[in-house]
Amino acid sequence: MADRARLRGPEPVTVELSINHRTRILEIEPRTSLLDALREQLDLTGSKKGCDQGTCGACTVWVDGRRVLACLTLAITCEGREITTIEGFSDGRRMNAMQRSFIKHDAFQCGYCTPGQVMSAVALLDEGHASSDAEIAE
Amino acid sequence: MEFLSPATWEEALAAKSAHPDAVPIMGGTDVMVELNFDQHRPSALLDLTRVAELAEWGPDGSRVRLGAGVSYTTIIQRLGKHAPALAQAARTVASPQIRNRGTVGGNLGGASPAGDSHPPLLAADAVIELASVHGVRHVAAREFYLGPRRTARRDDELIAAVLLPERAGPQHFCKIGTRNAMVIAVASFCVTLDAATRTAGTGIGSAGPTPLRAVAAEEFLTAEFDWQGAGPLSEAAVRHFGELVASAARPIDDVRGSADYRKHALSVMARRALSWSVTDYRKGEAQCA
Ligand SMILES: Cc1cc2nc3c(=O)[nH]c(=O)nc-3n(C[C@H](O)[C@H](O)[C@H](O)COP(=O)(O)OP(=O)(O)OC[C@H]3O[C@@H](n4cnc5c(N)ncnc54)[C@H](O)[C@@H]3O)c2cc1C
Repeated sequence: MADRARLRGPEPVTVELSINHRTRILEIEPRTSLLDALREQLDLTGSKKGCDQGTCGACTVWVDGRRVLACLTLAITCEGREITTIEGFSDGRRMNAMQRSFIKHDAFQCGYCTPGQVMSAVALLDEGHASSDAEIAE
Repeated sequence: MEFLSPATWEEALAAKSAHPDAVPIMGGTDVMVELNFDQHRPSALLDLTRVAELAEWGPDGSRVRLGAGVSYTTIIQRLGKHAPALAQAARTVASPQIRNRGTVGGNLGGASPAGDSHPPLLAADAVIELASVHGVRHVAAREFYLGPRRTARRDDELIAAVLLPERAGPQHFCKIGTRNAMVIAVASFCVTLDAATRTAGTGIGSAGPTPLRAVAAEEFLTAEFDWQGAGPLSEAAVRHFGELVASAARPIDDVRGSADYRKHALSVMARRALSWSVTDYRKGEAQCA
């Protein structure tokens, strides 16, 4: 019936995602978070699992160019959207300006959440909220 | 767990009617925490992210209709003029990542007494639009919150939108947390002065089993304020308003703060929000004259 919402699951379902401009096909339970799909299914372990409850930001990725938390996003809801992770962020050989800047300013503590910080920092610049130190702090 | 992904609002309503225990998921910033920590294992999820209408907003007669799925980021960017207190509240929600996803519909769906949308919706006398396959219902925010996380929404209904009355005066929202960013409120407060109806509105968050109004404080201010001449309020009147707000709260002691602290914080926030609002009102009046 045309007016019926598509019903999938509860068994694992085939989901097609576009990640860093590559099409990836995976078999996951509908309840799988984007973070678990990236890390456990696709070996994209750059996005980190810190708190798994949206607090720490270590899993920040972009969906359709906007920064979101992969732990609070269902993988299955990302079909047809473009996902960018830290792995897709440089061309594999050269780091981008934000990554180089992190190194230059030694902007690491233990480094675990650095990928999330980089993803978030670039989005901050793109959103136009970083014209001064005060604005960044805000 | 089954997964329903309606592409249209009609499909979403039909799916909710056929699966009343399916849990709607919009921004997912509440639902996902429950799933990740296995606090709740719903039989089905109803994904609302593909329903385009939910993410729309615009004028609706003399009101502004805010789709239940409009993100906090959009509210901050676009609704500052129409709903300043709601936009101020949105600015205090969590982090940019969560504001890109989280919605007022989700805040209303969860109905946590700490939700930051609630005090502005109560104070501004907003209306919640609920829909099911049987039709649309409008429930005033002031009648929506029934008990701890219990609302007027029925199991077969979805939240379609929030209707915000045309603003005719200042609104201010204040929130106290344990630090400046990324915090759930210890207590929050909103006040509105509506020049058109010459009434004051209030909303209290995180200080009771549900979001609350301070009705006695509203009545006092409605009677006491010089709506015509916009004369200043006496210090005693502002203080009394703060006391009435604090006495309307029904807080508990919990990890975020004690009941006494919450009452004290509310009286301080109420005085501040009122003073800012009166200043704004007087400025507005001066400009008109
Ligand atoms: C780290 C962190 C910090 C947070 N900080 C704050 C904060 O400062 N202030 C604050 O208020 N909240 C905060 N929250 C909670 C959350 O972000 C908000 O409640 C948000 O508004 C939820 O919106 P959502 O679209 O993500 O909801 P979802 O998680 O998608 O849904 C929440 C609830 O609403 C229901 N629902 C969603 N849409 C509908 C609909 N259209 N019809 C019927 N039911 C619906 C869902 O079934 C669920 O019960 C925080 C959350 C996290 C993880």
